[in-house]
Parts: sequence; C-alpha cells; structure tokens
Amino acid sequence: MAAGNCLATNDWICGEYLRSRSQELTDATVQHIGITVVSVLIGLAVAFPLALLARRGRGFAGPVLGLTTILYTVPSLAMFSLLLPLFGLSAALVVTGLVLYSLTILVRNILAGLEAVPAEAKEAARGMGYGPGRLLWEVELPLALPALMAGLRIATVSTVALTTVGSLVGKGGLGNLIEDALPSFFKAQVLAASVLCVLLAVTADLLLLGLQRLLTPWTRIRAASGDKGTGAGGADGSGGPGGATEGSGGSGGPAGIPAPAKVEAG
Amino acid sequence: MGVIGEAWTWLTSGANWSGDGGAAHRLGEHLYVSGVALAVACAIALPLALYLGHIGRGGALAVNISNVGRAIPVFAVLALFMLTPLRNSGYWPTIIALVLFAMPPLLTNAYVGMREVDRSVVEAARGMGMSGGQLFVRVELPLAYPMIMTGLRSAAVQVVATASIAAMVGLGGLGRIITAGFNTYDTAQVFAGAILVAALALLVEGVLVALDRVLSPLRRRRTA
Repeated sequence: MAAGNCLATNDWICGEYLRSRSQELTDATVQHIGITVVSVLIGLAVAFPLALLARRGRGFAGPVLGLTTILYTVPSLAMFSLLLPLFGLSAALVVTGLVLYSLTILVRNILAGLEAVPAEAKEAARGMGYGPGRLLWEVELPLALPALMAGLRIATVSTVALTTVGSLVGKGGLGNLIEDALPSFFKAQVLAASVLCVLLAVTADLLLLGLQRLLTPWTRIRAASGDKGTGAGGADGSGGPGGATEGSGGSGGPAGIPAPAKVEAG
Repeated sequence: MGVIGEAWTWLTSGANWSGDGGAAHRLGEHLYVSGVALAVACAIALPLALYLGHIGRGGALAVNISNVGRAIPVFAVLALFMLTPLRNSGYWPTIIALVLFAMPPLLTNAYVGMREVDRSVVEAARGMGMSGGQLFVRVELPLAYPMIMTGLRSAAVQVVATASIAAMVGLGGLGRIITAGFNTYDTAQVFAGAILVAALALLVEGVLVALDRVLSPLRRRRTA
C-alpha cells in the first residue's frame, strides 16, 4: 500500500497517521482520561456532602440546588474563561470547571436516591439500634446506589465530552489534537481524535454500568422476580427535586433527562 | 479584583461594542443562530416526539438519543463541519450543529412527558368519547406541558452554550470575544466576554422559566 500517501492527500481515514502519531494520540488520550477521572472523583467528593446538606431541609435544599443549576447553565466556554484569573492556563482550571458542571447532576441524583429509601427500611434499622452514621453507610447508601450510579454515568459521559473545550487553555486532552489540526485542515487528526473521544465516553459508561451491577446484585434479582426494582428517582414530578433524574429500573436503563429541571419551587 | 475592574472597563467602553467584530454584532450573531436553530429543532423534534408519545411507539429511540447527544463533543462536531465544504456557507455549520444538539433534550422530554400522562386519565377521556385528536389536544398536551417546557429550557441552554463554542473553530457569536482575548493574551477581554456569555445563558433560562409560568395550562388551578 502507498504508505504516507493518505497524509499527502489529506484523507479522512489514514492508517499512516495513526501509526506515525500514535505517541501523540496516546498522550492526548491519557491527559483526557486523567482530567475526566480527577474531575468526576472530586465532583463526587463535593456532591456527596452537598446532597446530605440539601437533605436536611428545604432551607438548605433550595440554595444548594439553585446554585448548582445556575452553575450548569453557564456555558463551558464562559465557565473556563471566568476561572482564568484564578487558575491561569492550567489543568486545574479545566478540572475545576468540570467539577462545577458535574455537581448539578450528581447532587440531584444522590439526593433523589437518598429520598427514595423506603421509610420502613430506615425505621427497621433504627429499631435495631443503628446510629445515623451506620444508617447512612449500611442502609441508605446501598439503597441509593442505583440512582447515584445513574448520575455518575451521566456526569462522566458529559465530562468526557466537555473536556475537549479545555483545549481553550491547552489542556483539553483529545480536544488539543482537534484544535491543533484545524488551521491546517488536517482531516485524519480531527476525525481520529473525535472518534476516540466518543469511544472514551462509551467505554466509561459501560465500565460504570458494570461496576453498578457488581455493587448492586440485588437489583437484578428483584427485576428477575418480576417486581419492578424502583431504583430511585421516580418521584413523578411531584415538585420534589429529582423528578427529572430517573433511575429507571434495576437493569441499568438509560438514565433520564438532562439535569436542569424543576427546582424553581425551592 | 483587578481583572474584574478591567473587564468592567472593557464592557462599558463603547468602542468595544461597535464595529464588525464588536460585542453588539457578536451578540446579534449569537441570538440569530441560536434563535434559528432552536426554531428548527422545535419544528422537527416536537411534532415527532409528541406523535410518538401519542401512539406510544419509539420510546427506546426517544430516550436513548439524549444519552448519545451527551457523549458527542460539540467542539468535535463543529471542527468536523469546518473540514467539509460547509465551512464556506456562513452561519450554517453553527446552525446545523446547534439543531443536532438541541434535538435530544426536546425529543426525550416531550416523549417522556407524553408517556407519563396518567393512563387512567387517558382511559377516562376515551370513555367520555374523545377522539384521538381531542385526547391529544385537551388531555395529553396540557398534562405533558411541564416536561415539554423542561425540554425546551434544556435545549435553549444547550443552544446558547454550543453557539459560544462555535468561536473555537472560528465561527461567529459571542464566544469570539473570548477567543480573541485569548489570542491577544487579554485576560480582561476574556473575562468580559465570559460575563456576557454567562449572562445571556442565565437570561435565556430566566425568560423561559417566566414564560413557562405564564403559559402553563394548569396555572389557574394552581392559584385557585
């Protein structure tokens, strides 16, 4: 085969490109994964206490959900730019922006999951002498896990896609390759980076789905026995937060609707 | 604080607003592409989703398309468009990308809204002798309205955000103020542009929330 020819003719698909620039592609992918993983983990670490705070009562839920919704409304380009004076051109800027975005989805889903824990289960645990910490860790958290994981999947997939915008400050993983290739109309590089990015999102989603199944074996048993596993969230638009984040069943069904929804009541 | 002050100075000096690359022109571009795209997306997605919801088919497609939409980077799609002959057609690459990204939330929310209408209400309406059309207009549509509006808000926010990313591939819109600031290492301009973009997005969200309240078919019952 005429190796290198496809680079000269600027084809969309070019094996020679993949071969000669494999190091560049790997580096960009590693940066992309790194930024995504760090962002989602920090997002989870911040969202969890926020959800616990929001659950304490309407007085906390309103501000927490309102603030995260406002953050979600700010376009990514503006978010990264607003953080520029604080962080300069750094990966920390991109990570911070992505964390702020993931909060909306994560807080809502964790909250919906915790609120969907049946009161009987909590009563039973209290009757057995469980303290609040143990109740949360051993009863509420496992039961809220399907909703939490549904939120985590949405947040991760969006974060993978949004990381590309980080190329604005040179820290966008695969987005950097797209940005670099644009001035010279380098088709093979733009297409390869775009496809890799989508593959990353799909892979991350499937890995999290697998993790969810490993962590919540009981949901499948319940689903198999015909009893619909009400994972979480099915608070049918009753004005409560989380009406928009459906955990839909135990079998890892696609989780609901984009986040900004019904919080105006709060 | 320095940057905020400088950004304020940038925003309040008239020279930055006038001219071909001025903020006023960029704002106009942004509103134009966003408006056209949202209208086109609604015209395609809403009838389709409402019809599918009414007959109760195609649910897997309508729900999953949201997930697909989330996984695809806006920046990548815009960049791919710029490598095709589309790049010579003015605002079309932006508008097409915006339509593509606005449709998933519209489709999913409108479909789910239609399917979540209480089946017993639908049965009762049928029992009263309502035709399919009457059922759709007088029962299903009013009850699905909150979800349809949620979808519209998500789509509008998505469109405004996506239109700003168009600047990263050299297309028009408010984002150009930000990218131009990056190119000249002008942090004040970057910050000023970001404030404009963020304010526009929040304004759009706010207007739609207000519109939602005013138009809600169930509002009389709520206030009563």
